[in-house]
Amino acid sequence: MTRAADVLLSCSGLTRRWGGLVAVSDVSIAVQRGSVHAVIGTNGAGKSTLINMLSGELPPSAGRIELLGLDVTGWPQPRRARAGLGRSYQRNTIYPEFTVLENCRLAAQSRWQRPWAWWQRASACADSNAAAHEAAASVGLAEQLDIVAGALSHGRKRQLEIAMCLATAPDVLLLDEPLAGMGAEETDRMLDLLHHLKRGHGILLVEHDMDAVFRVADRITVMVNGSVLASGTPDEVRHNPQVQDAYLGGH
Amino acid sequence: MSLSSRAGFVVAVFTLLALYPLVSGSFGIDLVTKTMIYAILALSLELLVGSTGLVCFGQAAFFGIGAYGAVLLAGQGDAASALWLLPACVAAAALYALAVGALSLRTRGVYFIMVTLAFAQMAYYVVHDTPLGGGTDGIYLNQAPQLAGLDLGRPLVMYGVTLVLLAAVFVFLALLLRSRFGRALAGIRVNEQRMRATGFSTYPYKLAAFTLSGGIAGLGGFLFAVKDGFVNPELMSWHLSGALLVMIILGGLGHLRGALIGAFAFALLQELFKSEAVWGPLARHWNLGLGLTIIATVALLPRGLVGLPQQWRDALLGRAPRGSAETAP
Repeated sequence: MTRAADVLLSCSGLTRRWGGLVAVSDVSIAVQRGSVHAVIGTNGAGKSTLINMLSGELPPSAGRIELLGLDVTGWPQPRRARAGLGRSYQRNTIYPEFTVLENCRLAAQSRWQRPWAWWQRASACADSNAAAHEAAASVGLAEQLDIVAGALSHGRKRQLEIAMCLATAPDVLLLDEPLAGMGAEETDRMLDLLHHLKRGHGILLVEHDMDAVFRVADRITVMVNGSVLASGTPDEVRHNPQVQDAYLGGH
Repeated sequence: MSLSSRAGFVVAVFTLLALYPLVSGSFGIDLVTKTMIYAILALSLELLVGSTGLVCFGQAAFFGIGAYGAVLLAGQGDAASALWLLPACVAAAALYALAVGALSLRTRGVYFIMVTLAFAQMAYYVVHDTPLGGGTDGIYLNQAPQLAGLDLGRPLVMYGVTLVLLAAVFVFLALLLRSRFGRALAGIRVNEQRMRATGFSTYPYKLAAFTLSGGIAGLGGFLFAVKDGFVNPELMSWHLSGALLVMIILGGLGHLRGALIGAFAFALLQELFKSEAVWGPLARHWNLGLGLTIIATVALLPRGLVGLPQQWRDALLGRAPRGSAETAP
């Protein structure tokens, strides 16, 4: 297995300036298939700016982003999404007034858009329905398909958001604090899910919950003030004295 | 409401409209024809506001372009054929909508409202202040167009054609909104960020909806010009754009039936408050009564007239109102 072949998403020298403020400075990261790459850091370390540049919501000031070996730096977000980049947000971004199934089906529809076929019912689209059922089942929402998404519990909404990502058949998942606001049981369920998902995907995880990060991550990048302080396996990061000083506080 | 009762309601409305000429005089025919044209406009606006979440305050421009197109393209010669004149008017309005949409859809929220209003006012002043539109006096249609041997100058023929086209627009939009395109518009209305994150380029979707809406409004304009045989700049004034917004809000956003009900409710209220038999000399101030009624309706019926049965049921059973509106037409 060559290293180049299984790197799904990478960036090099990625920088974002807001006027004089450098939010992200010269960050390089590579996400491999079959692994969870966690990015941790204090508030304001530039994690969200980084993930927004990777997903295409924010143009970088400098640097290069590659998705599946293609230079996607100049691509708009929808094009990156269609090329295999799924993302979830810190705040729930579902369609609260649609059912769970329709949330997933609409996400899957992005693969079979056919907007000109105005006489065909969207709900009769066999491809997107099949993908939606599969995605909902894989996160454990198979029993909740007909529930209006806004009525789900917080934890289930986060699961739904991941199902919506999966329905688009992505290679890479960018997950922005998927555990935020979750109880212990919901956290366990989500970590199991991540463990299961990483088999076929590359996952970039931005997360505050340190215990969870060290349980699930294969690689960890620590950011401070927009720069990478350290990067390596959980053990390397845990024993890095700089990291202990700057962030973990003797974790 | 279930699908069958929704369909039943719509079929009942169109059946009543089809039977109406049997009992009506010429005043009623003209009024209902006009109201059906407004219903077409309200449907075109509902596609943007209620279905896509784009509040357009310039719908009158597309209507006016359809109307002026009908008069200007018909020319001074013999009766033109509606078979080419109607598509030409729809295309002209859609083309202007494409240009306006391409620019205004780069803005959002209140800026979008203002930019669409500005483009509509631009069209208004073009017909108002240039020789092209005949100025404030407007222009007369030389001869009503023919449609496959039917003379559209006859009020009953016009009534029938308008009814058929209203039904066609309604059915087309109902199918469209449940298609993949329509579901994508609904997704854009609810959460555009998520749509982009899942791989939908939302701008072309919104532009297509905007263009389509403009074309349908242009169809209304064509019908209006042929019905009256006359166009003037007031057709493009922002008052009409505002009245159309009131119609769909009154009827209930998020439902095609709402646009239909709203257009008729608005027309009935307008006739009621204009009636000297009811109000005597106060009828001159009909705008006041209409305005107060609309404010009261919006305050008391947050889901519009179309939500009234559900609201009564909730009140009877003592339930809290349902938060999310039905999204199906």
